[in-house]
Amino acid sequence: MLTDFFSRAIAAGIGLAFVTGPLGCFVVWRRMAYFGDTMAHSALLGVAISILLSINMTLGVFAVAAMVAGALLLLQRQNTLSTDALLGILSHSSLAVGLVLVGFLTQVRIDLMGFLFGDILAVSMDDIIIIYAGGAAILALLALNWRPLLAATVSPELAEAEGLNPEISRILLMLLMASVIAIAMKLVGVLLITSLLIIPAATARRLSPTPEIMALVAAGLGAVSVVGGLYGSLTWDTASGPSIVVAALLIFLVSLAVPTARLFGRRESHGT
Amino acid sequence: MNMRAKGETLITLAGAGVRSGGRVLVEGVDLSISRGEIVTLIGPNGSGKSTTAKMATGVLKPTTGTVTRKPGLKIGYVPQKLSIDWTLPLTVERLMTLTGRFSRPEIESALEAVGARRLLGAAVQELSGGEFQRVLFARAMIRKPDLLVLDEPVQGVDFSGEVALYELVRQIRDVTQAGILMISHDLHVVMAETDTVICLNGHICCRGTPAAVKRSPEYLALFGTRAAETLAIYEHHHDHEHHDDGCVVGKGGKHDHHHEHAGHHHG
Repeated sequence: MLTDFFSRAIAAGIGLAFVTGPLGCFVVWRRMAYFGDTMAHSALLGVAISILLSINMTLGVFAVAAMVAGALLLLQRQNTLSTDALLGILSHSSLAVGLVLVGFLTQVRIDLMGFLFGDILAVSMDDIIIIYAGGAAILALLALNWRPLLAATVSPELAEAEGLNPEISRILLMLLMASVIAIAMKLVGVLLITSLLIIPAATARRLSPTPEIMALVAAGLGAVSVVGGLYGSLTWDTASGPSIVVAALLIFLVSLAVPTARLFGRRESHGT
Repeated sequence: MNMRAKGETLITLAGAGVRSGGRVLVEGVDLSISRGEIVTLIGPNGSGKSTTAKMATGVLKPTTGTVTRKPGLKIGYVPQKLSIDWTLPLTVERLMTLTGRFSRPEIESALEAVGARRLLGAAVQELSGGEFQRVLFARAMIRKPDLLVLDEPVQGVDFSGEVALYELVRQIRDVTQAGILMISHDLHVVMAETDTVICLNGHICCRGTPAAVKRSPEYLALFGTRAAETLAIYEHHHDHEHHDDGCVVGKGGKHDHHHEHAGHHHG
């Protein structure tokens, strides 16, 4: 089972898409796209630090991404620079520091392109196990906390007034994003991770009447993008990670032709 | 629902205030709300109405004084404004279960109670201001709250809708015996159903029954002379002075008009 590199790539990609679809919906709803990008860019710094300290790379990337998210939260409380500017600073400086540190690591050969754009065709069986185990844990946390997460997204104030804790929801989402980035980095690279979060979710919006359906549709569309992109890259001998993103983009463009108003949001008097 | 003892105190604020960044948002607020009681906070923009409501709901912690809630107090909240981004697909039916799980019949009867049953399958982004407010009322009510907090519940609603919404508030109170804390700009329409009006301007200026507040010099000083005649008060005279006891006094001659308000009701 999964003996050849291509079926391993398909399995890994589909596993990742099932997680990025639902989580990506929150990124879109909460307008966290740039925030996700910033966390993803810090992943390279995580790689460099993991090698320097010789710790597990997935853990290192997760820790650094979570720390960058925490740093942003603290800086936001200072109320000095706008979030937009803070994200710009954190995003590019963490990427730059990561690149500089990687340059210092002369004792190990690092495939920089692999980290920036991913190398899904090189995933091992161990990687797949990490993707599915980690992905299942992320989805379980998302499902268990779905109602408070959604309520906090609609209105933190309302959620808090009615006894929920929107601050915990916010921290949970950040940790889940850091986990997804740690898992996804090898597959699509730090520069393309956020596209898998955002594009399927944005496509799903036009096709979905409720948040739950949007999450499922986004997962499905992500999986279709993975399969389509990988077959495309096999057919035309193109880079696999970018091909997946291009496939997701094409599906998004096609979805723009679907008239949403006709599908949903009707007022009716006889049930749904 | 009549099992709920009428008159039971739900929440008490004692000397409660919030200071943020060296600025006093509101201070020295004493108020309590019992079952079946409607308390209305009025005051100009920035007078601390929303801050006081947030202390009541627990969104803001008081930096001075105390807030005491009945143990297990269940709060239903209708926020001042709730803008739901287009990216979030949300039907009315789904909005009803935002903070808790309810069955389809429960959802339908809550919407029925506010006359919004037909909106069940509608996308929230498509509702008019009045429809959205009704749905938000139903959403807060479906929780069978002990205390219902309404922040400017009639914003963006035309006059006839306004009257209907206040009538709805009264019905909610009668049926559920919930305590109601309401924030409002205007007095006229509010007055009929409110048990206690509290006039805020950084502190409590005056309080009492609607009729008493309407006649009080503090109220007239705060809201100016035109206030009692207009339905929605958006312009306020802030140029009042304070006595040592914190109450507001009018500037002599400025507020010496005595209106007969009884004739202004439009309902």
